[in-house]
Amino acid sequence: MEHRRSGFSFLLTDRGGQILLGLLLAAIILVPILNLWVPESSPFHMSTFLVGLFGKYLSFALLALSVDLIWGFCGILSLGHGAFFALGGYAMGMHLMREIGDRGVYGNPILPDFMVFLNWKELPWYWYGFDFFPFAMLMVVLAPGILAFLFGWFAFRSRVSGVYLSIITQALTFALMLAFFRNDMGFGGNNGLTDFKDLLGFDLQQDSTRVGLFIATAVALALGYALCRFIVSSRLGSVLVSIRDADSRTRFLGYRVEHYQLFVFTVSAMLAGVAGALYVPQVGIINPSEFAPANSIEIVIWVAIGGRGTLYGAVLGAIVVNYAKTYFTGVLPEIWLFALGAMFVLVTILLPKGIVGSVPAFDLSKTFLKKPEDATDDGREAAGGRV
Amino acid sequence: MSLETINALISNPAADHPATENETILYLDGVSVSFDGFKALNELSFYVLAGELRAIIGPNGAGKTTMMDVVTGRTKPDEGRVEFNGGIDLTRLDEARIANLGIGRKFQKPTVFENHTVFENLELALKGHRGVFSSLFFRLAPEERTRVEEVLETIALADQRLDDAGSLSHGQKQWLEIGMLLMQEPELLLVDEPAAGMTDAETEQTAELLKRIAGRHSVVVVEHDMEFVRSLESRVTVLHEGSVLAEGSLDTVQNDARVIEVYLGR
Repeated sequence: MEHRRSGFSFLLTDRGGQILLGLLLAAIILVPILNLWVPESSPFHMSTFLVGLFGKYLSFALLALSVDLIWGFCGILSLGHGAFFALGGYAMGMHLMREIGDRGVYGNPILPDFMVFLNWKELPWYWYGFDFFPFAMLMVVLAPGILAFLFGWFAFRSRVSGVYLSIITQALTFALMLAFFRNDMGFGGNNGLTDFKDLLGFDLQQDSTRVGLFIATAVALALGYALCRFIVSSRLGSVLVSIRDADSRTRFLGYRVEHYQLFVFTVSAMLAGVAGALYVPQVGIINPSEFAPANSIEIVIWVAIGGRGTLYGAVLGAIVVNYAKTYFTGVLPEIWLFALGAMFVLVTILLPKGIVGSVPAFDLSKTFLKKPEDATDDGREAAGGRV
Repeated sequence: MSLETINALISNPAADHPATENETILYLDGVSVSFDGFKALNELSFYVLAGELRAIIGPNGAGKTTMMDVVTGRTKPDEGRVEFNGGIDLTRLDEARIANLGIGRKFQKPTVFENHTVFENLELALKGHRGVFSSLFFRLAPEERTRVEEVLETIALADQRLDDAGSLSHGQKQWLEIGMLLMQEPELLLVDEPAAGMTDAETEQTAELLKRIAGRHSVVVVEHDMEFVRSLESRVTVLHEGSVLAEGSLDTVQNDARVIEVYLGR
């Protein structure tokens, strides 16, 4: 397996991922052209609404990716990943609030509107620094990362696993939802943060800004995918799968299982935070409903439908389910939830391994990975392990 | 301890070597464990010498697996000390730490990583490289690859190196797990019923394998199969209700009246 570690081979050995990266690249090139340069009268014009919609799908795809990293590869079924997504979103939202400056309804140059409304006199200490973009971006990864680290530290050290872990992650996100609903938390209460004006000086209503956000999201998804791929194709990734399949065997081999779980859980939470930060400027609002337990369960459904443990399956699942949601709300406004429910039930019954694991055309993992036939005689050492 | 001593010990297990003459690798002193009032181990004391092959037998519930759990850190004893390799107290350490000190364990039910190839299974068991960040950038060194190849030959799975471990037969999985123990280069191997579910030929080969391993490593084998224990030609410790009932060669213990009563004479 030396060769898996030479250069970018961790990307080249995964055909499904290559297709994903190719599609993302194509989208990065085509979306600006179709939206900004193709005239609106042309049938090929892509509306700004669509750009934002696809941008939202891609941020969800990054979120699904983060869940697949822990669930698909390490068996950690987090039903609270929406919390990390929302924390990243809030960090971005706080920056966008500070960017409004004195253009708010009350015209206060420092305090966001909701604080003026609540008769607050000064900015709470935890809002300091968020006017500075790099600091806000740091918090996008640190806030979810630190929470995940602390949570994981206690949970994994006490060997909480399986359904118990899932339940306490639900409790985590529910507790945060209740906390963020409170006005005196200083995060805008149930209205959340909204009325954003611009980001880095670019007007959020501008088409070009929307396209820019779309590109940033596509790039983040590509990088997130590469990072996950790098992790799972390393020895660390093998240890994660070992933990998923036989944790006590892994322990008795001398691996500190809880350290591995903590590492991957924290990385995953940070990825979810980035996804949230990209989501907020594209939808224009972040409020406590993002912490709702049902949201976190939904992420797991995306991954299950796409196909767990492949990374690109999670991306596919997130896009398919969210597109279906958009589609059903449009054509079946009264019964779209039933249509979506039917889709979940059918996929679970008919495609237990998800789209990627059940549709042969999509199952690229087994054909392109780990195939001994590919190894020539002198490639013995090359073949001597996972690719 | 010299090789002659080991050989003498293996070929003549009845010879009663006083502990003071040899290095003790594992020493259990008055270990008690109870689960909800049930005494799984009752002031269990015994020792294993460096390089020794030791068979542990006993009826169900005698405490064999609990004893292994205590030594490997899965279960903390209520009382007693477990000393490894000159006074390291194992009862304070966790599984990973104990494994890295040089104690390998084979489970009763063969436990290998089914979704990894045979090669990967051995590679993961390779001694060292247990840190999270070092494993992210790990590359297999040539001499480590050679080591994996050697073990693949030893456990006769060289041709299956690229197969998923899940596709192996029961006996092959048992061997792979023993191979993983060898990759760890432990000083002490605890082997729980290695012959369970094996064919006669496989059982015989397994006994040979364990005998070859002993000497370089100390091996403690828990086993039910009397034929298998006989073919190990080792010293035998009989457990009953959480303590040692008898110890000696298989013939000695088989002729022990108490042993016959609780175990063999049924």
